[in-house]
Amino acid sequence: MNLLEGIFVKPFQDMFGAPDFLIQVLWEGLVSGTLYALIALGFVLIYKSSRIFNFAQGIMVVFAALTLVGLHERGLPAWVALPLTLVVMLILAVAIERVVLRPLVNQPDIILFMATIGITLFLIGFGEIVFGGENKAMITSQLGIPTGSLEFEPFGGFVSIEQRDLTTVVGAIVLVVALLVFLNRSKMGRAIRALGDDHQAALSVGISLSTIWVLVWFIAGIIALATGIAWGSRAGVSFALEVIAYKALPVLMLGGLESVTGAIVGGLMIGVAEKLFEIYWGQPLLGGNTETWFAYVVALMVLLFRPQGLFGEKIIERV
Amino acid sequence: MSAAAKPATAPATDTILSVNNIEVIYNHVILVLKGVSLSVPSGGITALLGANGAGKTTTLKAISNLLHAERGEVTKGNIVFEGQEVQDLSPNELVKRGCIQVMEGRHCFGHLTVEDNLLTGAFTRRDGNSAVRNDLEMVYTYFPRLKVRRGSQAGYTSGGEQQMTAIGRALMSRPKMILLDEPSMGLAPQLVEEIFEIVKKLNEEQGVSFLLAEQNTNIALRYAKYGYILESGRVVLDGEAASLRENEDVKEFYLGVGGEGRKSFKDVKHYKRRKRWLS
Repeated sequence: MNLLEGIFVKPFQDMFGAPDFLIQVLWEGLVSGTLYALIALGFVLIYKSSRIFNFAQGIMVVFAALTLVGLHERGLPAWVALPLTLVVMLILAVAIERVVLRPLVNQPDIILFMATIGITLFLIGFGEIVFGGENKAMITSQLGIPTGSLEFEPFGGFVSIEQRDLTTVVGAIVLVVALLVFLNRSKMGRAIRALGDDHQAALSVGISLSTIWVLVWFIAGIIALATGIAWGSRAGVSFALEVIAYKALPVLMLGGLESVTGAIVGGLMIGVAEKLFEIYWGQPLLGGNTETWFAYVVALMVLLFRPQGLFGEKIIERV
Repeated sequence: MSAAAKPATAPATDTILSVNNIEVIYNHVILVLKGVSLSVPSGGITALLGANGAGKTTTLKAISNLLHAERGEVTKGNIVFEGQEVQDLSPNELVKRGCIQVMEGRHCFGHLTVEDNLLTGAFTRRDGNSAVRNDLEMVYTYFPRLKVRRGSQAGYTSGGEQQMTAIGRALMSRPKMILLDEPSMGLAPQLVEEIFEIVKKLNEEQGVSFLLAEQNTNIALRYAKYGYILESGRVVLDGEAASLRENEDVKEFYLGVGGEGRKSFKDVKHYKRRKRWLS
C-alpha cells in the first residue's frame, strides 16, 4: 500500500504542494533536454544525408570545446578563438570526407559505423596530444555569456534561473531555427533532404556527394561546438563529456533517427522526464541516481511499441 | 586516368553522344556489356530496345556514370559526349555539361514536395535564382498537372505524376541530352502516350536529344528516329525506326506480331542472330 501510494499519490501531492520547486525541476530538465536535443540533431543530420550512424558526434562536442579552450589558453582572445575553432571544425569535416567517407563509399552501413568509431578514437588521442587530457574550465565569461542568475518568486515560492542556462536555451532555439530555415529554404538544404530520400536519384541530378558530406559534417561540427560551450560551462571541458553523447541515443530512439523535429522533441522529453522521475520517484523510492539509466529504459519501451520512434519518417508506400 | 576530358579521336560533327565498344563489369567479375556501340545525333531521339537484362539500363548508367555507385565500371571502350571523352567524369560534372539521366522507376524524392523535387534538378546551375524560376514555369507549361500538385509530397502523387516530376527535374538542369530509362514502366497506356508526346515536344521545342531505353518496343519505335536492339550485352540490330518496325525479326520477337496466322513451335524461327561486332 505504501509503495502504491509512493508511486501514484505522493509524487503528485509533492508537485502541487510546491509548484515553485516543480517549475525549478522542469526548467532544469528543459536545459539538459536542450543539450540532448542538440547532440541528437547532429546525429540526425548526418544520418539523414548519408545513412551513417555517427558515433563520433559525442567526441566532436569534446573536441570542439577543447579546441576553443585550448586556443584561448594559447593566448588568443575569445573572439578570435571562436571563429578559429569553426575553421578547425571545417577542416575536420573536409578531412573526414576525404580520408574516411570517400574511400568507403558504397560499403555496408556497418563498415561506415565502424569507421566513425575509428574517428572517435582518433579524436580522443589527437585531442589529448594537442590540448592535454586534464579538465579545463570553459571560457564562459570571455565569450560574453552572462553568469548571474535570475530569481523569481511565483506562488510565494522561489525559482532561480541561471543566466547561462537561459543563454543555452535561447542559443539553441536560434541555432535550430537557422538550421530549419537552411534545410527548407536553401538550395543546399534541399539537396541534403534529397540525398536523404534517394541517394541514387540525388546523384543522377548532379548533386555532388562530397560537397554535401563536407557541409553536413561541418554543420554537425557547429552544433557540436555550441553543445560543447553550453555543457562545458556547466561541467567543465573534459573527455568525460563524451558520455553525454550516449544520452543522445535514447533521444534518437524516441524521436526517430531521421527527424529533426523528433530530435528536438525527443531531447526535451527525455530531459524533462528524467529530471521529474529522479526528483519525484527515483530519490524517494529507488535511492536516487536514476538519471543514468532512465532514458535507456524509455528507449527500450519505445523500441518495443513504436520502433520507428515518435517522429520517424513514415515510409511512403503507394498502393 | 585524369578527370579532365581528352579530345576524342574522331568527333562526328552532328553526333552529340557516341558510345564506342564499351564493356562493363560489375563487382570485378560480372560482365554485363560485351562491346556496345551506339551514337545519338544532335537533336535526335534514339531508342535502345531489348528485353529484361539485355543491358539497357547498364548502358545508360555507363553513360551517365552512375555505375560507380553500384560497383560497376567501364573497362573497355570510350564514351564521347560533344566531342569529349566523359567516361571518367563524375555524374555531377556530366550534368553540368548537359547530359542527365532520368532513372528507371522514377526515383522521385518522396518526402520532398513536387516543386522541391523540380528545384533539386537545378543543383548544378550557377545562373541565378530568376533563371531557375523561369525554367520552373517552363516545366509547368509542359506539365500543367505538376503545377496543381506542386505542394504535395512527391511520394503521394500518382505514377504518371512521378514520371513527369522526374522528367521535369531533369529539365531543370538545362540539359542538352536526357537519358530516359523506361518511362513507360508501370503506367497506363494512355499516360505512356502522354509522356511520349511530351518527350517529342521537348525534343522539337527545346532541342533536347534523347536516348530512350524501352521495353515497349512498339511505342518507342513510333517516337524514335533510330533504334538499337540489345541482347545479352550486345547490339544485335540497329537501323532507322521505320525499317526496324518492318523487320520480320523485330516484329516477331519484340512486337509480338508474326508473319501470318498462328504458328506451331516447329515454325518458330531459330533463335539465332547474326552477331555484330563494332568497334
